[in-house]
Amino acid sequence: MHQFLQQIFSGLAAGAIYASVALALVMIYRATDLVNFAQGEMAMFSTYIAWTLVNAGLPFWAAFLITLAVSFVGGMAIERVLIRPVENAPVLAAVIVTIALLLIFNSTAGWLYSYTVQDFPSPFPDRPVFGALITTRDLGVIAVTLVMLAMLFIFFRFTATGLAMRAAAQNPESARLCGIPVGRMLAIGWGLAAAIGATAGIMVAPVLFLDPNMMGGVLIYAFAGALLGGITSPVGAVVGGLIVGVTENLVGTYLIASQLKLTVAFALIILVLVFKPNGLFGTAIIRRV
Amino acid sequence: MTAKHITAMSLAVAALALGSGLVWAAGQYGPGASDTEIKIGQTMPYSGPASAYGTIGKAEAAYFAMINDKGGVNGRKINLISRDDGYSPPKTVEAVRKLVEEDQVLLTFNVLGTPPNTAVQGYLNDNKVPQLFVASGADKWNDPKKFPWTMGWQPSYRIEARIYGRYILKNFPNAKVAIVYQNDDFGKDYLAGLKEGLGDKAGKMLVATQSYETTDPTIDSQVVALQGSGADTLLVAAIPKFAAQAIRKVADLSWKPNFFMTNVSASVKSVMQPAGFDKSQGIITAGYLKDPNDPQWQNSAEYKDWLEWMKKYYSGGSLADVNNVYGYSAAETLVSVLKASGNNLTRDNIMKQAASIHDLKLPMALPGIVVSTSTTDFAPIKQMQLQKFEGQTWKLFGEVISGSGS
Repeated sequence: MHQFLQQIFSGLAAGAIYASVALALVMIYRATDLVNFAQGEMAMFSTYIAWTLVNAGLPFWAAFLITLAVSFVGGMAIERVLIRPVENAPVLAAVIVTIALLLIFNSTAGWLYSYTVQDFPSPFPDRPVFGALITTRDLGVIAVTLVMLAMLFIFFRFTATGLAMRAAAQNPESARLCGIPVGRMLAIGWGLAAAIGATAGIMVAPVLFLDPNMMGGVLIYAFAGALLGGITSPVGAVVGGLIVGVTENLVGTYLIASQLKLTVAFALIILVLVFKPNGLFGTAIIRRV
Repeated sequence: MTAKHITAMSLAVAALALGSGLVWAAGQYGPGASDTEIKIGQTMPYSGPASAYGTIGKAEAAYFAMINDKGGVNGRKINLISRDDGYSPPKTVEAVRKLVEEDQVLLTFNVLGTPPNTAVQGYLNDNKVPQLFVASGADKWNDPKKFPWTMGWQPSYRIEARIYGRYILKNFPNAKVAIVYQNDDFGKDYLAGLKEGLGDKAGKMLVATQSYETTDPTIDSQVVALQGSGADTLLVAAIPKFAAQAIRKVADLSWKPNFFMTNVSASVKSVMQPAGFDKSQGIITAGYLKDPNDPQWQNSAEYKDWLEWMKKYYSGGSLADVNNVYGYSAAETLVSVLKASGNNLTRDNIMKQAASIHDLKLPMALPGIVVSTSTTDFAPIKQMQLQKFEGQTWKLFGEVISGSGS
């Protein structure tokens, strides 16, 4: 029984990691109608920026805020320079650009920072609690994920910019006619997604350890989580991420061998796409032409 | 003609004969070797998933640069042609064929990775090109009957795992052993070696096995499952990131097993420090090289030589990376074989010399560990020493153990 609980709590801790990256995926999808395959690597790269700042002697939270700002600007710059030229091309072109970005960020990080595993400081104390079921550090990750979720929810639901962003993503022409600066909205969307990714990276780096491949596996599980919850829904991303985390542990431990855990994630992606393409919480996007 | 004349003439003839003999001896060259140069080739993963190991090739080039500055080997400069294969076997085949057929290298040296070496082993043996000091921990490079042109270098994973198995069997005969391993050849060799080391009792002593994929974000779930099995001894056969995660998860679970860690992940800098020194206390590993991060070596003359060489010839390399010790030591082994080959630089003689190394001491190998080979033993390093993590460093204990035989 204790082992069963251990697996569930381990799954929740891992799920919170998937959820935080899934949030960034949802952000960019809501803002630009795109799936960004480089989201994980951008987050990893942001984490290296924070790591450099912390090593230069800055306090953790100062480094954190600077990294968010740099990532926001960097995300906007990527949209302006690399995504904008393929804006009107078929969606495949943008997908390929993001895959190229994935490789570029991964190799550049390896070249700049080497592939050696780095320790990353956690802002939260590291103590096992509740009979060693979970650590305070994992609880911290879960808490930050929930805070990000709340902020995103409020942003999209209650702010004019959030609303304008949704409009710009879903129907650029009409949005433009209503006076929404679509170009700026798309750039802000990329910037925000990069900042959310940076937060995710900084939160998970103390748990996964920082190296250029830190986010490779995470991204696949984050996709599974985002799709399961519904790629348009921040709440869905978090619930989906947590479900994926717990499911892979339980299935891997009790039903099949642990080498098939990744297969579970892919099976989940396919099942959701076939049977419930909008996910648990997602809404169907209806386009009027 | 006086006797004096005759003596002078015969001396002259003798001198001529001797002279031409020398010239003739110096002419014993295979492809790639000449009076001035020894051309050797390799592939390295300078790009791609294993690019962390690319530094080995750079370190080796830097080592040969130092040797060349000191006058080379028996007056000949070493010319290393090192090509990128991105850790992709088809590219290795292409690059190695080019090295052999176009560049005409004398031998290949320290080609990195199990899959790349497997891909060119047949080709190199068919063409009788030495495939020396393969940079891989797989066990299969020591097979002189079938592959007389292939020789490994480092202790194989299987040898290492056998050492752990034997140590556990001897000191903890009632242990309940659990292993988590990477689900590929590397991890499976550890599983096989551990079973061999435990011998007849493997079935009873090995109570739980778990594997992970390199795409898994964490191995927490596997560690939890192993603890749940009731094991009191744990062997982790994982690459550094997952090793650090395992150390931390074991501590988070308040689990206190006898903890054995693969030498692949014994780096103080990239495993123990990230995982936390407090959580790494008491972990046991087997080693054969000196970790450059380990304070206990940093005052030794051998370390200082290495450090000076790093600074002068490979200033871009990391002083914390044990791979730079690896490249230094492997290159040194090759230089010793080339020296021993003298002026007979044929591929046959190179293999003959490589197969007759007697107790060669490498400065950056652990004390007591020697390189030795014979015509039936193509595993140059097969000894390791157990070490336990105490404070911030590995403390050697017990004797140098040989892991050969099965």
